[in-house]
Amino acid sequence: MKILVAVKQVPERDAQIRVAGDGKWIDEGDLSYTINEPDAYALEEALQLKEKNGGEVVVMCAGPDRVLSTLREALAKGADRAIHIEADDLGERDTLGVAQILADAVKEEAPDLILTGLQSDDLGLGQTGVVLAALLGIPHATIIMQVEKTEAGLTVKRELEDGWFQQVEMPLPALLTIQSGGNKLRYATLMGIKKAKTKETKTVTAAAAAGSRAITLERVYLPEKQKKTEMLTGTPAEIAAKLVEKLKFEVRVI
Amino acid sequence: MSGVLVVLEQRGGTWNRMSFEALAAGQQLAAKLGVECSAAVVGQAVQPLVAELAGKKLAKVLAVEHVLLKEYTADGYVLALEQVVKQEAPAYVVFPHTYQVRDFAPALATKFKQVLISDVIAMQDGSAGLVFVRQLLQGKLNADYKQTGEGPCFVSVQAGTFRAEAVEAGTAAAVTVTPALTAEQIRNKPGELFRESAQTVDLSAAPVIVSVGRGIGEQDNISIVEELATALGAELAASRPICDNGWLPMARQVGSSGQTVSPKLYLAVGISGAIQHLVGMKGSKAVIAINKDENAPIFEVSDYGVVGDLFEIVPALTKAVLAAKGA
Ligand SMILES: Cc1cc2nc3c(=O)[nH]c(=O)nc-3n(C[C@H](O)[C@H](O)[C@H](O)COP(=O)(O)OP(=O)(O)OC[C@H]3O[C@@H](n4cnc5c(N)ncnc54)[C@H](O)[C@@H]3O)c2cc1C
Ligand SMILES: Nc1ncnc2c1ncn2[C@@H]1O[C@H](COP(=O)(O)O)[C@@H](O)[C@H]1O
Repeated sequence: MKILVAVKQVPERDAQIRVAGDGKWIDEGDLSYTINEPDAYALEEALQLKEKNGGEVVVMCAGPDRVLSTLREALAKGADRAIHIEADDLGERDTLGVAQILADAVKEEAPDLILTGLQSDDLGLGQTGVVLAALLGIPHATIIMQVEKTEAGLTVKRELEDGWFQQVEMPLPALLTIQSGGNKLRYATLMGIKKAKTKETKTVTAAAAAGSRAITLERVYLPEKQKKTEMLTGTPAEIAAKLVEKLKFEVRVI
Repeated sequence: MSGVLVVLEQRGGTWNRMSFEALAAGQQLAAKLGVECSAAVVGQAVQPLVAELAGKKLAKVLAVEHVLLKEYTADGYVLALEQVVKQEAPAYVVFPHTYQVRDFAPALATKFKQVLISDVIAMQDGSAGLVFVRQLLQGKLNADYKQTGEGPCFVSVQAGTFRAEAVEAGTAAAVTVTPALTAEQIRNKPGELFRESAQTVDLSAAPVIVSVGRGIGEQDNISIVEELATALGAELAASRPICDNGWLPMARQVGSSGQTVSPKLYLAVGISGAIQHLVGMKGSKAVIAINKDENAPIFEVSDYGVVGDLFEIVPALTKAVLAAKGA
């Protein structure tokens, strides 16, 4: 089974976020980046499927040159090949635009299965995978925790709200958006890091962005505080004493 | 094209609780634009649900019925709603941002070469015209999005942003729509819903909950939060990453895919406050948050907040609680 995994590079979770001067995006100057968390689980699922069923795992990422570090890490963890879709202007593309350049790269590869994360940590759209499947005309399923290869195709475990799940059977080729937590993530070994250097990373240039977009991001800004939260300050001991007062006389749990 | 169409969600004849929040959003959007609002319910034999909507202020209620829509499939819903949207030609299509909507609405929008504006928390008239506000970076930033395409504008609204009680009453005429669908068009075969082995921990009745998030760093550190929970006689709970890592059992997860809790006190330690966590604990009587980031969204739902290092605050608090109790 040939599996293509779309991974996105996003700012580190603990990064200090500042709005850029033009108010249209964040200041990327001194940000550090990492793989989008659900995408790490998508890669892990792909690697395990390959270990069980044989085949090939190819990772792809659209973005500027900095995303090469994320692709290298995926290769070090065990992916066989990488595709860098060179695009410095992702901010100028909406979901359809991004999904389209991913679709262009997929068509070259004709994989049996495409995995994406269910949602990106920065944009949080939760739709690039579904739109990609729609553009390719293949079936999809979202928020997937487990994947099993069957005679006819796949059986997947979908997460639903409030602790419910559902098994879904589907034919191949297909696209799945993977939820965090279905597997245990592996670390890259020293051996893996060494081997990664010999693996192929293909660079393709993204087609020019379409002239018109369906939606545009007009402005980003810090959310306005709605609620008056009483902030308690002081040394840890002082804060603890203040909290105990609140717990006793306001919240009344001690 | 004009008007707002709200697509409500049901499963097996039962409403998804977010459906009426979306309806409220749709009515408010329609009022803002000075246009009519209609609603659609997709499924098989949805008449009882449609009857309930006849008492709402709506231009029309569409019962989108077909045997192939009995169980949810993305293909079935996309094909059916594509026909409905083409026929009704609304300017806006509004959904609740449920897991099901996440599964099909982006593909439906793609049919119209549009992009779903997902997980919206507000609609605002500004200098740039009507904008939809959504959160970026797990709630750290807000962003204004604008529809620039020609086609219908697809929008899904975040849980808890619009109030179901705000739905306006009135009268509405019901219409049944039977979309053209064939079995071969539906590629996925959905199975029965199931839950993992019985919930071993019931957090819903706990009066006091101490909940730990990724700020704890590593598994071995969880003991310091556990000690605080013990001192307070509280149940221990966690955000998703803690359970994903296997540091605490799944049964202790709070949030949209975990448990929904409403204790007298919810004490959140090292939890950022992503929406999927907040929906599980927003109903708590009192919330205290300890987080080193003063901009963490968790403070937005907290009554008391401490900006600081949990490794300093939590042990000090445990000591103070034990002292207060001993006295
Ligand atoms: C479909 C879907 C369903 C989901 N379901 C759930 C769910 O049911 N429950 C759930 O919780 N999540 C769920 N999530 C995940 C959710 O989006 C967040 O990723 C998650 O809640 C983040 O957990 P966290 O706050 O513990 O971690 P983070 O977001 O990483 O936050 C850690 C926090 O700790 C703080 N911190 C770090 N170090 C310290 C320190 N020393 N002292 C004090 N503070 C510190 C940081 O400032 C940060 O705010 C779901 C996501 C999706 C897409
Ligand atoms: N620039 C990109 N390169 C590769 N994959 C991407 C990119 N953007 C989004 N994706 C994939 O689409 C998923 C969902 O992203 P989003 O729709 O932004 O929430 C991510 O988890 C990735 O798997």
